[in-house]
Amino acid sequence: MTMMKKLLASAVASALMASGAQAAISDNTVKIGYLADMSGTYRDLAGPNGLKAMEMAVADFGGKVNGAKIEIVSADDRNSADVASSTVRRWLENDGVDMVGGLVASSVTLAAVGLLEQNDKLGLVSGAAAASISNESCSPNHIHYVYDTYAFSVGTPTAMVKEGNKRWFILTADYAFGHALEADVTRVVEANGGEVVGSIRHPFPTSDFSSFILQAQASGADVIAMANAGSDTTNAITTAAEFGVTQAGQAIAGLVVFLSDIHALGAEVAQGLQLTTGWYWDMNDETREWSDRFMEKTGTKPTMIHAGVYSSTMQYLKAIEATGSDDAQTVRQHMIKTPINDMFASNGYIREDGRMVHDMYLTRVKTPAESTNEWDLYEIVRTIPGEEAFRPLSESKCRLVKN
Amino acid sequence: MNQPVNPADIHKVIIEQQKARNRKKMMVNGVLFLLLLAAPFMMYPVFLMKILCFALFAVAFNLLFGFAGLLSFGHAAFLAAGGYTTGYLLSNFAGLSTELGILAGTATATVLGLAFALLSIRRQGIYFAMVTLALAQLVFFFFVQAEFTGGEDGMHGIPRGHLLGLINLEDNLNMYYFVLAVFIGCYLLVQRIVSSPYGQVLKAIKQNEPRAVSLGYNVDRYKVLAFVISSALAGLAGSMKSVVFQLASLNDAHWHMSGEVILMTLLGGMGTLLGPVIGATFVVNVEYQLSQGPLRDWVDPILGGIFVLTVLAFRSGVVGEIQKLVDRNFK
Repeated sequence: MTMMKKLLASAVASALMASGAQAAISDNTVKIGYLADMSGTYRDLAGPNGLKAMEMAVADFGGKVNGAKIEIVSADDRNSADVASSTVRRWLENDGVDMVGGLVASSVTLAAVGLLEQNDKLGLVSGAAAASISNESCSPNHIHYVYDTYAFSVGTPTAMVKEGNKRWFILTADYAFGHALEADVTRVVEANGGEVVGSIRHPFPTSDFSSFILQAQASGADVIAMANAGSDTTNAITTAAEFGVTQAGQAIAGLVVFLSDIHALGAEVAQGLQLTTGWYWDMNDETREWSDRFMEKTGTKPTMIHAGVYSSTMQYLKAIEATGSDDAQTVRQHMIKTPINDMFASNGYIREDGRMVHDMYLTRVKTPAESTNEWDLYEIVRTIPGEEAFRPLSESKCRLVKN
Repeated sequence: MNQPVNPADIHKVIIEQQKARNRKKMMVNGVLFLLLLAAPFMMYPVFLMKILCFALFAVAFNLLFGFAGLLSFGHAAFLAAGGYTTGYLLSNFAGLSTELGILAGTATATVLGLAFALLSIRRQGIYFAMVTLALAQLVFFFFVQAEFTGGEDGMHGIPRGHLLGLINLEDNLNMYYFVLAVFIGCYLLVQRIVSSPYGQVLKAIKQNEPRAVSLGYNVDRYKVLAFVISSALAGLAGSMKSVVFQLASLNDAHWHMSGEVILMTLLGGMGTLLGPVIGATFVVNVEYQLSQGPLRDWVDPILGGIFVLTVLAFRSGVVGEIQKLVDRNFK
């Protein structure tokens, strides 16, 4: 009896959904939520300026899509999965939000994507690094837009080993994220014929890195890799600069480093650091033009997350315009079908596991002599093609991918 | 000529007064109960559940701090232990009914609470607080490193399941009334404990421990029991929270959480029954409202400011101050 009822109910519900999905924009409003760390560690790399980027996208789009107005709500996740989960739940269940963008800390994002799937709304993840977001934890309700730890650990180590830096020392933040990164780097280094001569784990977070850096120096490695993020990375790099690590001939590889980090450190401290980035403001006229407009509004050059938020919001609105619907599945399918060519990516495309595949860039931080102004920080050493940068579908553990 | 007063009459008057007071209390509780019953139709139920979970956490903490005078700085450990245990069991053993998962979480927190209590109870004041903080940090470290918690990422997608295999808790209203029932049960339990002879002994220990010792009470045993009950209720709050939000995260284990519960209790009024509930409601609301507005960068400083103000100017908290006012003016 209950079984019958359930079947009947789901049949009715799906019939209703199917008919509603075709041509309507729910409530005649496209409501977008921007969730990010607005006040903590990740403020600079995404934060309030990411919201500005999203507002720019809406304004550039004209503020309306197919006659429906576009509304943005935003909230601070305070880097807490708890806060994120209650905010997103309220947005989706109570406030009629259609899409959630931003999404920076991995824990926050994992909490949000679960809810997005339950409520069948769309998430455009521009910040979170955890590769699992488009691997084990993939869902038909989100897209992983800018980068992931896989891309970071492939980009920099592969290139550096090939340049002849065979001996690696890894400095790892002692928690799940750091461990995963360490394992990835080790795999990539060894696959390319290099060798990990040592590694050390530091508590998360740490402010005094001197003993760790001394051990890394003493290891005789060619490269010291930073398998950590945020303030840990900047603190370690500062300490390394004080000890003259790069001047003594060892290279430093940053794995998860953002333009805002390098800007805060300055070229003097960060010079010579090699890192992988998904986007850089000074690549071509289109990126420069957009970055100048962004800088007028915010006073800083955009990071790759800011650019990703703008680009993904734009793609989302275009998909609604083309399909005439804000139904998550309709929009996502359209986004998967449409190649992405804008200031953020050329010939980018979204795979069925939600991974946006685009070129990544191996860069070296300029020396103070090479740098012409405070934001002129990267020299692009190599373009890493998207197919090489991201985990191939054949290795995917995503349930949406049939292997 | 004064009539000699009959002692039986005096007794009658006292009993009448007591009854009147109880009636008043019943009325207040009744009105609150009706409000809570109707609340999910006026407000978003998940938000109300968040308030109830934190209120239960604060009530648990207050039992220890407000009535036994023991300032534990490690209560986050119990909240997290409850949450993680329940989350792990419900995620990994499909078919386990929700209430068993919650009971298991509560049991874990109880055992952990007993261990904490045995190690810390002989110390007093700041030493007691520091020992509990240190133990809670050990527990935090364990949760960071353990595989099953998901470390920084937390534990996600915990199924809400069915209550007693019958009532679908995926429905927010069902979930709300379940949380409400548990909360009221615990609240009444704490009320009963506080007004029992055992509660009187706790208060005596709080006021003057050497005197309680000299009266022949084994104070350590009373304190251990209070600690264990408090940690069990805190664990229950954590278990409920993980089911409500389908999430258990490191936040629950972080010492910030231990601080937050102290803030809730002090704001509302420690040593009063309703105080922690009001305090939790206030703090959760302020955090939510501020995070929506232009002041969102300022949540922590504002809460800090409120805390300082409370400690300096309204030492007995919202409920405590109101009680004082009523006592002064409407005696």
